[in-house]
Amino acid sequence: MQNEVLQIKNLSIGYGKNKKEKTVCESLYAQMNAGELVCLLGENGTGKSTLIRTLCGFQPALHGNAFLNGKELSNLSEKELALVVSVVLTDRVIVPNATVKEIVGLGRSPYTGMMGKLNTEDRQFVDEAITKCGIQHKKNDRLSNLSDGERQKVFIAKALAQNTPIIILDEPTAFLDMPARVEIIQLLRSIASSSGKSVLMSTHDLDLALQMADKLWLLSKNGKLQVGSPEDLLMNNSFQTLFKNRGIEFDNRTGLFKVEYQHNIILPVKGRGFEYVLLRRAFARKGIKLSPAKEETGIWIEIDRENDPVFKFHKEGKVVTSETTIERFVSNTITSLN
Amino acid sequence: MNKGLARTSVILILSAALLIILVVLNLALGSINIPVNEIESILLLGTSTNPIFENIVLKTRLPQTIVALGAGMALGVAGLLMQTLFRNPLAGPSVLGISSGSSLGVAFVMLFTGNLLGFSFTSLGLWGDLAVVAASMIGAAGVLVIILIISHRIGGTLSVLIIGVMIGYLSSSLVSLLKFYSPEEDIHNYVIWGLGSFNRLAPSRAGMFGLVTIIPSLLAVVLSKPLNLLALGDRYATNLGLPIKRARFMIIAGSGFLTAVVTSFCGPIIFIGVAVPHLAKLLSRTSNHFFLILNACLLGAATSLLCNLIARLPGIEHELPINSVTAFIGAPVVIWVIYKRRMENRLE
Repeated sequence: MQNEVLQIKNLSIGYGKNKKEKTVCESLYAQMNAGELVCLLGENGTGKSTLIRTLCGFQPALHGNAFLNGKELSNLSEKELALVVSVVLTDRVIVPNATVKEIVGLGRSPYTGMMGKLNTEDRQFVDEAITKCGIQHKKNDRLSNLSDGERQKVFIAKALAQNTPIIILDEPTAFLDMPARVEIIQLLRSIASSSGKSVLMSTHDLDLALQMADKLWLLSKNGKLQVGSPEDLLMNNSFQTLFKNRGIEFDNRTGLFKVEYQHNIILPVKGRGFEYVLLRRAFARKGIKLSPAKEETGIWIEIDRENDPVFKFHKEGKVVTSETTIERFVSNTITSLN
Repeated sequence: MNKGLARTSVILILSAALLIILVVLNLALGSINIPVNEIESILLLGTSTNPIFENIVLKTRLPQTIVALGAGMALGVAGLLMQTLFRNPLAGPSVLGISSGSSLGVAFVMLFTGNLLGFSFTSLGLWGDLAVVAASMIGAAGVLVIILIISHRIGGTLSVLIIGVMIGYLSSSLVSLLKFYSPEEDIHNYVIWGLGSFNRLAPSRAGMFGLVTIIPSLLAVVLSKPLNLLALGDRYATNLGLPIKRARFMIIAGSGFLTAVVTSFCGPIIFIGVAVPHLAKLLSRTSNHFFLILNACLLGAATSLLCNLIARLPGIEHELPINSVTAFIGAPVVIWVIYKRRMENRLE
């Protein structure tokens, strides 16, 4: 059996006390093994952040409990918790003059004495964390001079320096551009695989989560938490139920969302290939659905990949429009339809 | 030793040197200029060729220098603690209504008790002083706690600042109510006190004042680890194992005490508390509060001594009120901070 570092048993999360209690989610069950990257997914308002905050010990659980490394969360003091969980938050941190090294060094605080002085071992941890996150060349730079992606790496390095079995991150990829997102998730993936630490992160990057996570925790609007590997969850259609009724369609095979368009016209098309896929997308935005056709009917579109122009629109036996670019073809076709 | 640490250490040494020079200048310059070798023999040997010099140095200038030095240190450190606690670059004893709270405490003792109980605490010597300090501290800590609660609920640099200013107005209006019902003499005392001055303490008391400001200011370095963590934000600090409520209490108690002691003996001294931490941060270029606190101590004392020196520039018949001088140094620093934050687009 794998080593379970985090267990959630019958956990209820929410705010307030006694009569004013407001439950966000209840009866949550989940677990995370050592060396796993787990992504917590869910729409806005489902309680992702509340769950993250509860597991970090920032707010008490309403009922039930979570076990970190076998110890009950509610029984841990700040000091003990600091040795089990390290966090990366969305909070904007402004520390005047702080350098990358100083911030990462603060990750050693649970181990340092009253004055917070770093010893040789601490400094080694800091250097290793900075190297692992690929920010050596920035280690003497000030935090205020870094890009958002680099700042995020600094705080991941801080969490690494804290050297805890669990790292929890609240939307580490928010506000980042696509390459930076991929880089951050790859970094977390490699931390989980190579160091044996367990990484739990909440995110909205479904496609990245499906590719990189060992396990997904899906939090749905009704407060249910589904746990499983991305592939198993795809197989039992969990995503469809998660995002249904929102005008979006989840494509199990690509792991991507498709926007459902209202359409009132269907145009037959002869010809296939990449051009067809692109053309279908462009027409879908205008409320026109394309369908593959075998025979030539009254109106139809021809995709001729051999010749130029590629796209031809046939109406009552004549070619009305022929274009090489999709943009012009779509607009001309729509004009001649009306 | 890396480059940053070397720079920080050099700055500390330079600040210390500057402080020593300013101490000597404070003892030497004034309506009568005293040669440095005379000061040396007065301080080290206890005698001088000129008894007038001896009198001036020991009875007037030395106490004043000690008070200015201690007050500057205490206010600089208190301002630094508050700026980190609130994560607000414009926090400081005089800005967030802390000194106003402190003044209210003082007014309560100086005006209200005289009126109500038929005697004046200020006539009671040491016990009277203690009562003033205690009331002043309750006032300062009370405002600090109120501001802390509000900044937790609301957040944002500007809103907290505005609320601080409002609390300042509220306490001054309470003070004017107290004044309205108080005897003329007490009011006069209170007004004089409110102008702020470093030369109100007798030589024996000045030494005492020096002890209770300089030692706690330097001791504040024990708070450097909690302060370093709090600068990251409450949640990061908690996650790094900081018992946050206790840390906050210590910082409030520390900065409240330092502000209260200075305010009760010197009056509300403005701007030093808010400007000095920025000078310390600008010069030492570190985020480590161990160095920042030491630097705030040295620069706070130096700034305050410089203001004191300017206040009694030769050629001016009477001493200028100390607050008019501190404003000249402090206000530009505050304007510069706001300007800089504006450029970084960080002031909400």
